[in-house]
Amino acid sequence: MILQAWLARLDQNLYFRSVDSLMDMDGHGAFVWSAYLIAGLVLVAIVVVPVRRKRKFLDRLAGELKRREGGPKAMKEGD
Amino acid sequence: MSRQRRAPGTGSFCLTLLRRQLILAARRPIEIGNPLLFFAMVVALFPLGLGPAPDKLADFAPGILWIIALLSSLLTSDTVFRSDFEDGSLEQLLLAPQPLYMSVLAYIAAHWLITGLLLALVSPLFALMIKLPEQAIGVLVGGLLLGTAVLSLVGGIGAALTVGLKRGGMLISLLILPFYMPVLIFGSAAVQNAIAGYPAAPYLAILGAMLCLAIALAPLAIAAGLRISVDA
Amino acid sequence: MWSFFHKLGSPPWLFGIAGSILRWLLPITLVALAVGLVWGLLFTHPDFRQGNSYRIIYIHVPAAVVALAGYYVMAIAGAVSLIWKMKMADVAMKACAPIGAALTFIALVTGSIWGKPTWGTWWVWDARITSMLILLFLYLGVVALYEAYDNKEAASKACAVLSLVGTVNIPIIYKSVDWWYSLHQPASIKFTGESTIDASMLYPLLLMIVAFYGLFTCCMLLNMRAELVEREARTNWVRKLAGAGARR
Repeated sequence: MILQAWLARLDQNLYFRSVDSLMDMDGHGAFVWSAYLIAGLVLVAIVVVPVRRKRKFLDRLAGELKRREGGPKAMKEGD
Repeated sequence: MSRQRRAPGTGSFCLTLLRRQLILAARRPIEIGNPLLFFAMVVALFPLGLGPAPDKLADFAPGILWIIALLSSLLTSDTVFRSDFEDGSLEQLLLAPQPLYMSVLAYIAAHWLITGLLLALVSPLFALMIKLPEQAIGVLVGGLLLGTAVLSLVGGIGAALTVGLKRGGMLISLLILPFYMPVLIFGSAAVQNAIAGYPAAPYLAILGAMLCLAIALAPLAIAAGLRISVDA
Repeated sequence: MWSFFHKLGSPPWLFGIAGSILRWLLPITLVALAVGLVWGLLFTHPDFRQGNSYRIIYIHVPAAVVALAGYYVMAIAGAVSLIWKMKMADVAMKACAPIGAALTFIALVTGSIWGKPTWGTWWVWDARITSMLILLFLYLGVVALYEAYDNKEAASKACAVLSLVGTVNIPIIYKSVDWWYSLHQPASIKFTGESTIDASMLYPLLLMIVAFYGLFTCCMLLNMRAELVEREARTNWVRKLAGAGARR
């Protein structure tokens, strides 16, 4: 019941009544959406770049360690 | 004779450093002339780019003169510590018992005397060439005297941070140009006010305040930068 | 108290704690971002003067606010690393610079796009825009200086000095740009006056600002984890980590 009432209120407050009007935004859609698109791309990039950097580095390190396995254990014991 | 063996006091040490830098510069007069020549050449570029109409040039003159002064100070600041870094005397300076703060100030003072002071003194000539109204020339020289000292101090920070790098030249401009902007704003505003007939003293006072702040703080940053560069 | 500081200086501990913070902070941030976006884009009413283009505010203002705060985070981390020689502080400092530059870039680009329908031009030499542009230059200077050094330890010390110099200078630059603008303000365009914002528009904006702070922290922690792994490549804990990754 409460959920239904809440959803009804939410629906009442929804400003754009159709996807087309949301896209168009009274003529300002191109500006708003392009701004959000660019911001979104940059934000995704700053999250993904460090994750990929770490993963790639660890993969490379793992490959190096595997290649050296079986050889003399010259690995330096770290602290 | 035993007095001479003792380490010199801070004051005399700094004077010695200043003299040494000036003598080194005087031995290569072309290096002193280069920034001035640069100034003259860029001044000559503006009428070619903007057209020779005197009133148009006069409008832009304060900004043009300040930007050129800024660039020629920038181009020379790269060399403040470089030769001493390369021959190792900078390392000796860091080990010296005298406070690095003061000796760094001596280096910067030498740089300012060679570039900023000379630029300020020859600037009336170029100001007349690009039609700066005559009543503003005094303010221009005064502003340049104060402003180029700030530029030398701030440029020294960039020089200290990049002296250990092979390709410091371009990098130093990226690092310190943003810090030059307040000087440019107030320096050219002073000249513009003088042209318009308003008092320019408040702007010169602000430049003076910037100079005080820069003298107090910039040597700290330069000293820290030199230690980092020498250790690296 | 002191044991906490000692732990803070230990790379594997920091790596672990960053990971466990990320595990709950990243989802919360993403949810807050999603809620804020939907709220701002769908449920607020258009501004009566600017129409719907004002909806750009929900990314523009948070990006600008956090970009400016990020410089101070970077400078404080730099000061800690210089004064107490804490190595982990310079990892944090180095992590801030690219994120701050990205956020400043977002603020500039969205502001420019917002300016077109509102002021009729892509770019105005307005005090705030100019200050943001200078902030971008300051961030890029730090990034460029870091990349120029081969010795990464010296690089982070140099960047710490540069960011401290920047911190002293930012108020001066801001004040002088402000002042410069008031001197040259063209009479035809006036938008420096603070407009009051309706509460229904304000709440999603505040939510977005909080979300952007969260995002900044997340990106910083992610960057720190990547940096730690690279710096500590010769130690056992990183090798174990690499081995565990390879087995999956």
